[in-house]
Amino acid sequence: MSKQDSKSGINFDGLTVLLYLALVTIGLFNIFAAVYKPEMHHNFLSFSLGSTKQLAFFGLALVLIIIIMVIDLRAYEAFAFPIYIVMISALVLVLLVGSTINGSKSWFMVGGIGLQPAEFAKFATALALAKFLHAPRSQNLGFFGRVAWFFSEQIFGLSRIGLGIPRRALEKLDTYIIAGIIIAAPAVLIIIQGDAGSAMVFGSFVFVLYREKIIPHWVLLGGFSIAILFFLTLILGVKNLLIGILGLTAIGLLLFRNMRSRLIILLGTILIIGFVFSVNYIVYNVLKKYQRQRIMLLMKPIEEKDKKGQGWNLFQSKVAIGSGGFAGKGYLQGTQTKLGWVPEQSTDFIFCTIGEEHGWLGSFVIISLYLVLLSRIVTIAERQKDTFVRVYGYSVASIIFFHFAVNIGMTIGLFPVVGIPLPLVSKGGSSLWSFSILLFILLKLDAHRKQVLARN
Amino acid sequence: MNDSRKWIILGLFTATGLTFLIKLFMIQVLASEYKIQADINAIKSIKIYPHRGMIYDRNGDLLAYNIPVYDLMVDVKKVKIKDTLAFCNFLNITEGQFQKNMNKAKALARTSRHPVAFLKQISHRDFAKIQDRLIDYPGFYAEPKIVRSYPHKSLANALGYIGEISKKTLERDTTKYYQQGDYIGISGLESSYEQYLRGRRGIKRVYVDARGNEKGQYKNGRYDTASVAGQDLISSIDLKLQQYGELLMRNKRGAIVAIEPSTGEILTMISAPSYDPNLLTGREFSKNYGPLAINKNKPLFNRAIRSKYPPGSTFKTVQALIGQQENVIAPHTVFACNKSLVKCHWHPTADLQRSIQHSCNPYYFNVFRRIIYQNKLVIDDSTTTVTKGSDGKIGFKKWRQHLLSFGLGAKTGVDLNNEKAGNVPSLSFYNKRFGEGKWKFSNIYSLSIGQGELGVTPLQIANYATVIANRGHYYTPHLIKGIGKNKEKLAKYKVKHQVTVAPKHFPLIIEGMQGAVLAGTVAPHAIMPGVEICGKTGTVQNPHGEDNSVFIAFAPKHNPKIAIAVYVENGGFGGVLAAPIANLMIARYLKGKTIRPSTEKIVIEKSLIN
Repeated sequence: MSKQDSKSGINFDGLTVLLYLALVTIGLFNIFAAVYKPEMHHNFLSFSLGSTKQLAFFGLALVLIIIIMVIDLRAYEAFAFPIYIVMISALVLVLLVGSTINGSKSWFMVGGIGLQPAEFAKFATALALAKFLHAPRSQNLGFFGRVAWFFSEQIFGLSRIGLGIPRRALEKLDTYIIAGIIIAAPAVLIIIQGDAGSAMVFGSFVFVLYREKIIPHWVLLGGFSIAILFFLTLILGVKNLLIGILGLTAIGLLLFRNMRSRLIILLGTILIIGFVFSVNYIVYNVLKKYQRQRIMLLMKPIEEKDKKGQGWNLFQSKVAIGSGGFAGKGYLQGTQTKLGWVPEQSTDFIFCTIGEEHGWLGSFVIISLYLVLLSRIVTIAERQKDTFVRVYGYSVASIIFFHFAVNIGMTIGLFPVVGIPLPLVSKGGSSLWSFSILLFILLKLDAHRKQVLARN
Repeated sequence: MNDSRKWIILGLFTATGLTFLIKLFMIQVLASEYKIQADINAIKSIKIYPHRGMIYDRNGDLLAYNIPVYDLMVDVKKVKIKDTLAFCNFLNITEGQFQKNMNKAKALARTSRHPVAFLKQISHRDFAKIQDRLIDYPGFYAEPKIVRSYPHKSLANALGYIGEISKKTLERDTTKYYQQGDYIGISGLESSYEQYLRGRRGIKRVYVDARGNEKGQYKNGRYDTASVAGQDLISSIDLKLQQYGELLMRNKRGAIVAIEPSTGEILTMISAPSYDPNLLTGREFSKNYGPLAINKNKPLFNRAIRSKYPPGSTFKTVQALIGQQENVIAPHTVFACNKSLVKCHWHPTADLQRSIQHSCNPYYFNVFRRIIYQNKLVIDDSTTTVTKGSDGKIGFKKWRQHLLSFGLGAKTGVDLNNEKAGNVPSLSFYNKRFGEGKWKFSNIYSLSIGQGELGVTPLQIANYATVIANRGHYYTPHLIKGIGKNKEKLAKYKVKHQVTVAPKHFPLIIEGMQGAVLAGTVAPHAIMPGVEICGKTGTVQNPHGEDNSVFIAFAPKHNPKIAIAVYVENGGFGGVLAAPIANLMIARYLKGKTIRPSTEKIVIEKSLIN
């Protein structure tokens, strides 16, 4: 699929296109497997099936890709904010006139097909953030950008006020706030729609901000440490964890002889112990019972009484995947997914079909494909000289990673059950189109990077 | 610096992927519980109960057959009932019943891997009403079963009944065939021929979806086992004769056993009073069993094989045969009817043949004494044991040995499980009671006329009637003459047993028996003109009221087709009630009709149960 045009210097990234096609194809076959009923002997192309619909969605995705390829690359940067504002408007509009499916009012029904503006808000936000971080100052912002900049300066204009704080620091604070608003605005609207899972995706922009040095190391690593400590508290219990922490502290004190290091170690120990106790207190005394249950479900092996209640989806999902064994039961041979033991098996729980029918090997292939795709996108992002494309590239990688991590994590009990799709594989037009747009805008921008160079 | 951030991000991505692969390896490759749970989820084993073998009488009349019913089974873990009241209305049960059954099912489910029944034995008609909507209640499904049904009200004690296997029986089952909830023959033929009747249960494995609907065979039925239908049985019972006998025994306590002498096949086995076998089938069982069990007339007690009755004077036939075999008497031997030894009634002086015809008690007092003392007694008419060169023990042992060869004192081996052996007292019994060697003839002389410690079942009495009819041999009496397609009977019922009395000693006794019927102890109205019957009456003292009435007979005299024993508790003199019943039965069997309707009427109307 690598397309080369020496004249124009267009150079598509063939590997990414291949990975894209591979994942979509795997998705189609597994959606067919998920909806397949052994007793019905229907063929692949009967339109009543989800898989055939998905094939049609893929056809439309190809049309979208061609449109993306045809549009002048400068348009993406130029219209980044207008697109963003259109999408924000759509998110507001869906709150007013949208249809409610599965408890969230986030669908436009167009000719029997549901469109989820939240899905398209992702690439719009990515473009807007890229545009903003590329040129945080008011120059090069275009008309809409200047309007936005004007308002933000009037409202937040910290850098104008001064207050005796160094100008650079205030400018940095402005950047935080505006970047934060760009990311949070759609997320808040989506939460209002009642789709917390999709809203959480916008949290993935933290990787972009980290890469752009807007977020320092310690925030990212500290955040991860806190998350790990949180789970350790629940898994091990306060007593065991304290023994472990004190043991590590003792080893640290023995290894580091100078006073300063020892003080840091002791201070760290006290902070960690304080955190552990507060986690314990919050989980057992502040959280409501059902919230606690949802978290605890991940920690402890499911008990008999939970098999019917809270943990049923999670349990059945693990049963389906776990029963796949090393090599799987074979294509269309899964029992758990075929017989309706797994909920949402063609959409959010599509990984169960893969795990059951293709086993650990199949899971390995899928996970590897995602990791290769992610590292390829990062590589593409890093090879850009243009901040706009780089930020956009990292946004694409972050969004795909977040979906990948949360979706598979929830099916195997490493993350609470949050209903978001597996990128390019789960059934659903909006999701497929959204990820296709995300990916192919990047490929379009990347294909023209020499031109971008030339332009600059 | 930028580069390090790139690597940290890529590192996080990769770490996440690796964490997933490790976790997946744990649940997919290392753990087994998910695979087990997947099978529990999706594969259901359905027991297929085979058709239980039917039972026919010797003429092809149906005695036992099956009615399909359904047990509503429940998988407690899968139950989701939103509206209990609607569910109760649907099944037509009360909420209390629902709670009771549900708690019971839950308790059972904790200890058993097998599905448990929620509601048992729903009739075909009731099931049709709920069948279609059952799908709305996950966890519930129907399992087809059978209940036994008996088209006639006869033969209950011999047929027995089936019921759900008890915990005790389940634990004792070394074959591991039975499972909780299975039905098993509990008594009678249903029990003794269980392994032929039951067939073999099949297992069908099917996929079920999360709602409990069946979704096709598991692995194309590769692991399914077909059920094998039980084998039909052909009984030796003649249903018409059985029903007739039951009619004659109406309102009486006692038993009738009739045997075809040439084969040992039991034509009739009546224990009176009896019950309608349908009272102990299916759901009726729990309602009816209690009252039947405590009824003072003991309808559940199969008197024909379990009652130990003294045989009374019918036993004189056997005594006469043993005496001849032991060479202590001869056809011409005459004893005076000395009523000081034992009571007797008036009759002409008797030789051996006439002693049978007139049932002379002193005659058999002497015969028995000669048997015991091997005819070496010096002082003939004394009850004291004055012996010279004789040993009572040897004689007693020989006598007992002869009885055992007649099938007395031990189980006959009839094809019913709870047969009693009866009692032929042994030497050690008297030694224990009176002290080693200290017992005298006066202690045991009651045995001479079939009383005292002697206890025999009506089946055993009928069996020695058969031996006499056959002039010295018998086949172990049995109720089933054909099993399965080939209609083979069990090998043990084809073995001819020769008794220890030589055939040449029989004709004289038979002559005596014929005389007893024509001009002896049998009441005139019991005589059936045109049927050559040989019989012997018995009247047994009963400490609980009126004497018991006994009669043995066979007919015709040559090539006998039927041998019969009739025992009527409190029936009075044997010739008056037991003999007419036997003769009516014989006439009905041989002639197919009632020869003396007036006698029949008297017998039927006679009531000995108050």
